Amino acid sequence: MKRRIPLLIAFFVGILVIVAEFIPHKPFGTLTGGLEDWFMIIAGFAIILGQMNLIKVHVLKIKHKLPNWQYFIVTIVSFAVMVIFGLFWGTEDNAGILGAGTSLVQSIGSKPFDYMFNNVYQHLSASMFSLLAFFIASAAYRAFIGRTTESNLLLIAAVLVMLGRTSLGSFLTGWLPDALSFLHLPNLAEFIMKYPNTAGQRAIMICAGLGIIGSSLRIILGIERSYLGGE
Amino acid sequence: MKMLLNLLMLLGLCSAWAAGVGFQVFDHPNDDGSGIDLKWEYAGADIYSIQIERKTGNEDFQVIATVDSGKNSFLDTNNISAGEIYDYRISILDADGQSLAQEVGRAIAKAQWFNTDKISLLIMAIILSGAIIFYIASARSGKDLYIRRISGLDSMEEAVGRATEMGKPILFVPGIMDLDDMQTIAGLTILGKLAQRTAEYDTKLLVPVSRSMVLSAARETVKESYMKAGRPDSYLPDSVFYLTDDQFGFVAGVDGIIIREKPAAIFLMGAFYAESLILAETGFTSGAIQTAGTAMPSQLPFFVAACDYTLIGEELFAASAYLSKDPHQLGSLKGQDVGKALFVIVLAVGIILEIAGVHFLKDFLIAH
Repeated sequence: MKRRIPLLIAFFVGILVIVAEFIPHKPFGTLTGGLEDWFMIIAGFAIILGQMNLIKVHVLKIKHKLPNWQYFIVTIVSFAVMVIFGLFWGTEDNAGILGAGTSLVQSIGSKPFDYMFNNVYQHLSASMFSLLAFFIASAAYRAFIGRTTESNLLLIAAVLVMLGRTSLGSFLTGWLPDALSFLHLPNLAEFIMKYPNTAGQRAIMICAGLGIIGSSLRIILGIERSYLGGE
Repeated sequence: MKMLLNLLMLLGLCSAWAAGVGFQVFDHPNDDGSGIDLKWEYAGADIYSIQIERKTGNEDFQVIATVDSGKNSFLDTNNISAGEIYDYRISILDADGQSLAQEVGRAIAKAQWFNTDKISLLIMAIILSGAIIFYIASARSGKDLYIRRISGLDSMEEAVGRATEMGKPILFVPGIMDLDDMQTIAGLTILGKLAQRTAEYDTKLLVPVSRSMVLSAARETVKESYMKAGRPDSYLPDSVFYLTDDQFGFVAGVDGIIIREKPAAIFLMGAFYAESLILAETGFTSGAIQTAGTAMPSQLPFFVAACDYTLIGEELFAASAYLSKDPHQLGSLKGQDVGKALFVIVLAVGIILEIAGVHFLKDFLIAH
């Protein structure tokens, strides 16, 4: 019974959503939007679950003085500070328990929550994102080492695209006559991105789409039960 | 004549054409009765803007929009109810706001029971679903089905064995999207199989998640797997834990875990965006054996470059069937292959027809 009810719900809702895709008439036309709203409401409540888990896991690590426990204090303190700032003085458009924090806004330029968000969080987030540039270089180095025919092709394509997208590409092949304009590096780069690259991406997307249909059918028909902890 | 007009109106085809202004008002097709289409043609040179007015019943006309002279259509979706009759008046205005021409039209908003724009989608869905169900039935009757090897999934045993020998944990990340993404669900099904292996070998499993809904689903999945393996005592609820919903905050958290815990194996299975390479490269530098799987085409090259094994697109969704070896599930994979063959045929025919200047197949397949 514990398994059968979720399976029945999955079957019923799955069929309903498929049918709603083809029927614009009420109530089917608005059904998908309604179900998405339900999901958002449940997800909203589930955030509390996530926050409770975050606090519990980190407090236990601090309590038992597990390796690197000091880091977890930073997490808990950061979490508490942002919650307190948000609750007491609110965010950009919302007032908090202590009001809109007008005097604080006059002294620091914005509400404490927004101040921390704009001056701490955003910079940390940008720093993390900027690591990508270095990781791309190291990953590209490994991918482009000419060990196999495929990696050689990848290397050639990558060099052509990189050169074609810089002014150096135009400079190097700018002298080519119009009859050979297809060899002009920006044109070559454009060709690679527009045709082989797009074709490959679309092939992956079509196959992934088929995979999603197959997985969805397995779930709707109750053949795939792993998400319920079954076989 | 009046009866004929009423009949046309009920069919949503009522239109009014004046000598100067060609004005058509009709029900917006394939909707739930919440739209009325207006179309007009006017050849005058001094046209500056077009004013659209609407009324229902005995009300007076009220301006609902003023559009540029370049436009010749308007879709009214403002408080339109199915079954209601709407009267429209269109005024062609010059730069001084003087009316050059005026015309009225009437239409009834209707909800449709079938979206005719999606006939091609329905046909494809029926063929594909039929093929999948046929092969599932074939598998049930005991027919042997050949499924090619997927190295990324075969590596699971290797990864668990390696982690057990080294006494180090296995890290599993089910992507950064919520449970409404099919890739996350596919990731969780793989997690279930992996958790069963880690339970059997008594290997530590770490599952950081970035969504609260995924937290509860992943916990349930891991718990069930440990119970199935006969090791409920080994299950640690805190092995599945929430970090943050924020993309780069989550990356920072997972990178920290990789650096501190030095997992022997890392599985990145689900929907990933810009964080894919940051996670995979950190895993690479830590020396872990890495298996990644996603259906995000833009992130696949990063995983291919940085991971030992990569599940590309559909392989991620095939994982559950492949690992379970359940003939019913394998049958559905075979049905997907029929779908692929169908797509290849349709694409080939479509390319030939387009080159020949015949566009009906492309037009038929376009779903609006």
